[in-house]
Amino acid sequence: MIVYLFFLLAVLAIASALAMIINKNVVNSALFLVINMVSLAGIYLLLNAQFLAIIQILVYAGAIMVLFLFVIMLLNVQDEEKLFDKFRVKYFVAFLLGVAVTGQIFYSIAGVADVLPTISDKMVYIGTVEAVGDVLYTKYLLPLEMTAILLTAAVVGALMVAQHKIKKA
Amino acid sequence: MIEIDWFLGVSAIMFTIGIIGVLIRRNASVVFMCVELMLNAVNLSLVSFSSYHGNIDGQILVFFALAVAAAEAVIGLAIIIAIYRNNLTVDVSKINLLRW
Repeated sequence: MIVYLFFLLAVLAIASALAMIINKNVVNSALFLVINMVSLAGIYLLLNAQFLAIIQILVYAGAIMVLFLFVIMLLNVQDEEKLFDKFRVKYFVAFLLGVAVTGQIFYSIAGVADVLPTISDKMVYIGTVEAVGDVLYTKYLLPLEMTAILLTAAVVGALMVAQHKIKKA
Repeated sequence: MIEIDWFLGVSAIMFTIGIIGVLIRRNASVVFMCVELMLNAVNLSLVSFSSYHGNIDGQILVFFALAVAAAEAVIGLAIIIAIYRNNLTVDVSKINLLRW
């Protein structure tokens, strides 16, 4: 059962990622990325990481993608007409580079195949909100506070970058 | 239960799709979305290692990576808006002010 569920979610994630990069319409690309993130949240649930699954849907599929869609619709850009219409050297080189990267990653995984971890019996309860919060507010308290400063700096920086300077006549 | 290799394989394929997307797309927002896809792929392999080792530190790292990704998305979209305001396009092949 869990194997079928994993393959369903994995195929959904990869297919929506592919559909994202070959779609001409930007809004459709963003919506395919939402599908990809929701299926990734499902894979996190299969890995017993409940906290991260919820955070993935709330932050990524909720907040970040709404921000993306807002900016895309604000800019009102046209579709890319010439995507895949004719053969270009750029696509061929990109495809070759992608194959090379995949091959190298799979070669690395195969090289360490005998030291890869098998399933741990602690997996059932390390991903809960209780366990994550327990570590996050004791051992990793300082990085958590620095994250708060980082987010504040990001908001201030975005306001500085995106504000429209009105020239005084 | 599934071996960890399958999760790592899905992660590698998604990362590659992100790289190809960054290389072939010309719309700046799609390029940015492909970067988010690559971040997600790495997050998946971190979570799978964390769960299979029974060690929670990987999931904490994913949490911080999520916070950094949110900050990065905010700044990047602000830069895209600023570029659009100056050039009236987000086509990365036409934004060549710094290219020699």
